[in-house]
Amino acid sequence: MEPATVSDQPDLGESLSTEGFDHLARREKDGSYSLSVMVRGVHCAACIQKIEGALRREDHIRDARLNYSTGRLSMHWDGKAQEANDYVRTVESLGFGVVPYDAAEEESTSQQEERFLLLCLGVAGFAMGNIMLLSVGLWSASSEIMGLATRELFHWVSAIIALPTILFSGRPFFRSAVKVLAKGQTNMDVPISIGIILTGAMSLFGTINHSEYVYFDSAVMLIFFLLIGRYFDFRARKHARSTATGLLSALSGFAHVLKDSKIQRLPVRDLEEDMTVRVMAGEKCPVDGIVTEGRSEIDTSLITGETLPQVIENGSHVYAGTMNIAAPIQIKVMKRAEDTLLADIIRLMEQAGQGQAQYVRIADRAARLYTPVVHSLAALAFIGWLVFGGIVWQEALMIAITVLIITCPCALGLAVPVVQVLATGKLMKNNVLVKSGDALERLAGIDTVLLDKTGTLTAGHPALQGDYDGNSLRLAASLAAHSTHPLSKALAGSYDGALYELSDVRDHPGRGMEAVYKGKAVRLGSRTWCGDETAPQDEWMELWLSVADDKPVRFTFSDTLRADTAAVVDELKNGGLTPVMVTGDRQSAASSVAQACGIKQYHAQQTPPDKYKILEGLKTAGHKVLMVGDGLNDAPVLAGADVSMAPGSAIDMAQNAADIIFMGDQLSPVALTYKTACFTQKLVKQNFALAVVYNIIAIPIALAGLVTPMIAALAMSGSSLLVIANSFRLRLKT
Amino acid sequence: MSVLIYLIPIALFLGLLGLGAFVWSIKSGQYDDLEGAARRILLDDDDDNKN
Repeated sequence: MEPATVSDQPDLGESLSTEGFDHLARREKDGSYSLSVMVRGVHCAACIQKIEGALRREDHIRDARLNYSTGRLSMHWDGKAQEANDYVRTVESLGFGVVPYDAAEEESTSQQEERFLLLCLGVAGFAMGNIMLLSVGLWSASSEIMGLATRELFHWVSAIIALPTILFSGRPFFRSAVKVLAKGQTNMDVPISIGIILTGAMSLFGTINHSEYVYFDSAVMLIFFLLIGRYFDFRARKHARSTATGLLSALSGFAHVLKDSKIQRLPVRDLEEDMTVRVMAGEKCPVDGIVTEGRSEIDTSLITGETLPQVIENGSHVYAGTMNIAAPIQIKVMKRAEDTLLADIIRLMEQAGQGQAQYVRIADRAARLYTPVVHSLAALAFIGWLVFGGIVWQEALMIAITVLIITCPCALGLAVPVVQVLATGKLMKNNVLVKSGDALERLAGIDTVLLDKTGTLTAGHPALQGDYDGNSLRLAASLAAHSTHPLSKALAGSYDGALYELSDVRDHPGRGMEAVYKGKAVRLGSRTWCGDETAPQDEWMELWLSVADDKPVRFTFSDTLRADTAAVVDELKNGGLTPVMVTGDRQSAASSVAQACGIKQYHAQQTPPDKYKILEGLKTAGHKVLMVGDGLNDAPVLAGADVSMAPGSAIDMAQNAADIIFMGDQLSPVALTYKTACFTQKLVKQNFALAVVYNIIAIPIALAGLVTPMIAALAMSGSSLLVIANSFRLRLKT
Repeated sequence: MSVLIYLIPIALFLGLLGLGAFVWSIKSGQYDDLEGAARRILLDDDDDNKN
């Protein structure tokens, strides 16, 4: 194909952008079609209405529903599969991004699990309410008033409600207990399961034998409270997972593949070696490749940390994730050869991920300590009462079971999930997405922050600096307004007056812009093309403006810090953390940024492996490290650090590797998240302390055999409510 | 106390009714998008002619 047709491509690109969705449409049994896609940019109720309303006005659409929590839009229509493309176009024309999404299977299993938990919770709640109705009667009236027959009736009704409930709603615990026992290990679900089953069985036994007390209410209440904790925990994890799959689906976007001189849209993961892919201006390269056609500039800042765009032409290598900014190009797909940059980085990331796996969550640590203690206490109570107490084995067993119930970790089960759900919810309102469940816990323990420069400390785009002659600036801005190059955009953006009318504007990719003004040729571009090549070199990025034969004017740019960078770094320092900056950029650029935001330690000109070595050095020295970065070059460090954060502007791979993602133009979410994490951890520890205090009081009573069903119920719900109330202090603190 | 013969079944029936409603709401997907539901209440749904 001729280069000329390549540069005509933007028009074609427009019409292409919604093809390919028909392949993803699913045919339903009744001949209709359905399609699920991810919609980006939904942030309010009006967006839901705009999208659903527009789709419902289409003739064939039967139903369109947008899940706000997950950003997933499902459409269902009669007619042809091809209509999928029209519908996607409708949504895109409203200004939303549409991304194919095919993790439907995983989605439905997680949804089933959530429904299952809710169902168990609902049944347990129903049973608890009804048994309590009877239990309150049993507690408040002695058997003389009530009459033996009525007591028996109440016990039997309780049994009829409780036993099926235990079998039904206890399944989440039984399953998990069986699973770990099969592996020869133990977790908190083992004493819970034993406690529940034994309580049910013994209470049934007691009912048959006309015993005074039965504990159906305790068993069901235990299930109910623990299921609340389980459900919260699941919600937190599900939220983390859906954030992660949302990011993954961006990776599985489409690429424009040139085949038999026709352009097709293929999912990125289906690309094969030697295919030719067309990358429009403003599009990211989907794969590693070699340029075969066209001349352009690419923004590699996400990969190398370099702020200046680089010129590419025939034969240049381009990497996945780099942004093509100037003109359309064609690239030949290279397989992930062992020596590509991406392969290096992926290898480093895998290595990093392995090193991180041994982290044990505080809840699991507590469970490890807790389960043996509970089991041995219960066993001791049984043997002790049997041997020294001189009572029959049924009574001894009942005491052992009450020990098991009353120490059963209702409060422990709620301690972490409730705080976590509240904390992630609060952070989400502040545009911080927590991707992994234990990220906040790990974040609370750090002492060092590694910060990437470009795109993290800085905004990642250049800004004009210095003062210029008004006329030159106006002329340069007029010309720059025609270009999408980052320097041109910065130049055009810094001038807000009226622009000159130019004629014959031409773009020379890799060199600059050319136009005619008042009969004179005007050029704006690189030093070699229209600048003064003898001028001294310095660290700034530059553009040159030349008008006919006049002396060229130089415009310099620097990457500006985010508005609140210095304040955030200060805040982190006040929190007792050591900030360290790592960047792939030049020494001079690094030192000025480090100085401006008050960072004493910095490392410039670091390749991805270098950055990783710095991290390893810190970790071997015993430091706990938070990494904040946005580029491909940061990805291994993000994966390997104790905990990591990436801005929403980061490349997909960095977002995938990071535990926490923050949106917006500011760096302040980093400090906010750290503070929230510390407070969250404090609350979790307090909750554990509350649970332990409660046990210290309750265990002796249980061991003494003094616990009646009412005391067990009060103790259990009391401690759970206390823990929940304490967790809600997170809400109060802003 | 004989009134309990009626009261207990009534209480159980009402409870089961509630449970039934809850199960129905789960099955029809009303808990799948809690965030969205919170926002949909603000929508003016007059122009949704097809639903």
